[in-house]
Amino acid sequence: MPMTSQRVDEDADLFAGLKRGDEAAFVTLVQRYQRPLLRLAIVYCRNLAVAEEIVQDTWLGVIRGIGRFEERATFKTWLFQILVNRARTRAAQEGRAGSFSSLEEEAEAASEPAVPPERFRGADDKWANNWAVPPQSWGESSDARLLAAETIELVKQAISTLPPAQQQVITLRDIEGWPAEDVCNVLTISETNQRVLLHRARSRVRALLEKHFK
Amino acid sequence: MTMPDLGGLTCKEMVELVTDYLEDALPTDIRARFDQHLTGCDPCVVYVEQMRQTIAALGCLPEESIDENALNALTEHFRRWRAEPNREP
Repeated sequence: MPMTSQRVDEDADLFAGLKRGDEAAFVTLVQRYQRPLLRLAIVYCRNLAVAEEIVQDTWLGVIRGIGRFEERATFKTWLFQILVNRARTRAAQEGRAGSFSSLEEEAEAASEPAVPPERFRGADDKWANNWAVPPQSWGESSDARLLAAETIELVKQAISTLPPAQQQVITLRDIEGWPAEDVCNVLTISETNQRVLLHRARSRVRALLEKHFK
Repeated sequence: MTMPDLGGLTCKEMVELVTDYLEDALPTDIRARFDQHLTGCDPCVVYVEQMRQTIAALGCLPEESIDENALNALTEHFRRWRAEPNREP
């Protein structure tokens, strides 16, 4: 969901309606954000029923916390911060806190290269560290293939195998289409680490697509 | 065969810089070297294109619809909150 300024203004109007007790405004906000909230919640708990509970709980938090909302944040950022806090608490209660202790830690940990080293020429080669096994274009029909149902299924599966922090970042950035700044605010990570996680996640998904299209 | 000017970057380095490139987060001089590498290296052009296609595919995942029961339960909560005599704000 691209964060256009128009959408921010709409959200502000809807939130003003919500404060006044306007049910239609509340329903519109729920419809607008339920799906992306659920998508992110699933990343934390990997269980649809629990994710749905976290999302319901988030909306209750919105209703109860209306008076505490500070208008200098956008509604969307505030909403997702509530979700992330609840999801983290829930993960901690269920003993899965270790894997979510810190996105920064995951970003700073060593990781696999984007492309396996054996696909590049060795150090003693005249073309050292350039392609030995170059990528092959996915071809003319690649757009249609990328949208095929089996490709979509593959991409979904690929995301579910990523480490949690990478999943969170790629879900918000590329699936929901958020700008980097909003992702950093909601997940409380630095821009650099956000990019590192995004890079690893995208590289892994590309590699799986490459294997699939071969 | 003469060596093309690859901007002083290896392909192995290129694949790790591609996200910073697409995010427009590379320092100006590195960005120029990245572009220079692309003018001399077709496989890296393919690689960058594949990263763009990957991002596009991620943006096309189908939207799941909202569960009606969840929405109704929330609307119920909202009505109760609205009916509270001393609700904030």
